[in-house]
Amino acid sequence: MAEPIIRMENIEKHFGKVIALAGVSVDVLPGECHCLLGDNGAGKSTFIKIMSGVYTPTAGEIHFDGAPMNFDDPRDAIDAGIATVHQHLAMIPLMSVSRNFFMGNEPLKRIGPLKFFDHEKANKITMDEMRKMGISLRGPDQAVGTLSGGERQTVAIARAVYLGAKVLILDEPTSALGVRQTANVLATIDKVRKQGIAVVFITHNVRHAMAVGDRFTVLNRGQTFGTARRGEITADELQDMMAGGQELVELEGSLGGTV
Amino acid sequence: MSDASNVTPEVDERIKTRSRFREALIRPELGGIVGTAVVFALFLLFAFDSGMFSSQGVLNWSQVSAQFMIIAVGACLLMIAGEFDLSVGSMIGFAGMIIAIFSVTLGWPVWMSIILTFALCIAIGALNGFIVVRTGLPSFIVTLAFLFILRGFTIYLPQTIERKTIIGGISDAAEGDWLAFLFGGTLFKGLFQWLGDQDIIETFTRGAREGQPVVDGIPMLIVWAIALVIFGHILLTKTKFGNWIFASGGDAEAARNSGVPVNRVKVLMFMFTAFCATVFATCQVMEFGSAGADRGLLKEFEAIIAVVIGGALLTGGYGSVIGAALGALIFGVVQQGLFFAGVESSLFRVFLGVILLAAVILNTYIRRMITGER
Repeated sequence: MAEPIIRMENIEKHFGKVIALAGVSVDVLPGECHCLLGDNGAGKSTFIKIMSGVYTPTAGEIHFDGAPMNFDDPRDAIDAGIATVHQHLAMIPLMSVSRNFFMGNEPLKRIGPLKFFDHEKANKITMDEMRKMGISLRGPDQAVGTLSGGERQTVAIARAVYLGAKVLILDEPTSALGVRQTANVLATIDKVRKQGIAVVFITHNVRHAMAVGDRFTVLNRGQTFGTARRGEITADELQDMMAGGQELVELEGSLGGTV
Repeated sequence: MSDASNVTPEVDERIKTRSRFREALIRPELGGIVGTAVVFALFLLFAFDSGMFSSQGVLNWSQVSAQFMIIAVGACLLMIAGEFDLSVGSMIGFAGMIIAIFSVTLGWPVWMSIILTFALCIAIGALNGFIVVRTGLPSFIVTLAFLFILRGFTIYLPQTIERKTIIGGISDAAEGDWLAFLFGGTLFKGLFQWLGDQDIIETFTRGAREGQPVVDGIPMLIVWAIALVIFGHILLTKTKFGNWIFASGGDAEAARNSGVPVNRVKVLMFMFTAFCATVFATCQVMEFGSAGADRGLLKEFEAIIAVVIGGALLTGGYGSVIGAALGALIFGVVQQGLFFAGVESSLFRVFLGVILLAAVILNTYIRRMITGER
């Protein structure tokens, strides 16, 4: 089995008296899609913020690429190859896809002593990368505002991959999308995984997780019930673990098994 | 696309091809281009004989347009970066007054006065920007405060020092000064003399200057305007920094997430706006030979209107320097054209209000088209 690209051991995070995470261990392998499931308030966001360098853990160890790692700044994590695609996207609707794609990482060409934005190169790469992800653009100068929510997610993912992400954290990428667009994003996740990139897929939708996940970790009230491999666990079991077992069984009875 | 294994077709059947017309419509410069064409057509038609298109007339409205252009370039880049500067007009008055106090009252060399004034005004621009990015207050409020603060000093300083609100005598002080020429000089005098000799442009037929061309060259004011427009346009569309300007105004949070130094971009744009205001002020002071406490009144709004006519969105993230320059040209031509055509000049303000409203409505419509909002 391959070495984990990122291993997080007994991570704890306290905010004052509130214990958001009480010793969570997760490892992520290159080329796998690791689903992090949990209900609202389970600690998913806190956990990925530690992974992406936004928070430092109160206790616990992070190993990245085999070496212990301490991120002081999100910038460190990005430089190391940990990219986060946020729920609210880092996309600007009024700007073209190509300008968005290279925002903050513009390709440059020299003319004499001056450096200029290499639009030709940017446009070409953008079109190529979008085609690989299965999105056909009218042109690289098409505004991001004209894309659907799913397509925007895909642009954001494609950008992270192109910029050399080794670990891609997707924070609820499908929570606001329709059925078709969700399918597109899940297909994109599959493509990214096949390129050998580790994907951390945060969701509270078991069905979405089951569609692409290789391994599943459920968070509940800042704790984890361990990690299960695909095939070792059913969707119902995941659902129960997320909800903390007992209550949902009762609820489900009254809802006729529709949740 | 629902299936990942599908080969994506080159043309997506769900994307309607856009007509050329709509394609052209989403260019920010469109309003400016159409407006310029309409304005020139109207004045050529109705005021051709008024002297507006003689060499002197052309120089006249070119100079007024160039003034608008200089401040519009700064206001344009700042607006695209998502901020306003309402202190531009006061900054013009203030910068002019400071140059006068340094060079006339204190008797410092003019070049030194100009350089120090630029440094002081750009520092005030940086302070504006710093307060905005640090406090997160709307730039509207912060720069409104500076509108009053700077105007107050512009009136207070000369009254206290010289017991008057206009300081003259700068022309004498600037005589032969190398830096003063860069703002108040005239280029291509030889060429214009030659054009006059060839009867291509008008010459004086009587008096001491008989035989000399009526227009003796290109004022540095116009050179500055053109240079700033070219600089602004290249910076915005062809550089990395230009992409950062769009990103900062489009969505500051998203830009930060992508590693764009939004605060630095915004502060630099406030400094650039202050620079443009100081260029305006220096050219004006060198032309008039004096500085007045009421100079630059309302210029901030005129700059913003020129930028909006040029297709920029008030909310930031979208716009064009060329558009803003065309907006400034429309301004200059209409303001001076009405004068040449003998129309009551107060109607210029009516025109301003109407065209501002039309431009904003058009821009809102264009924004919806770009982003697909309804």
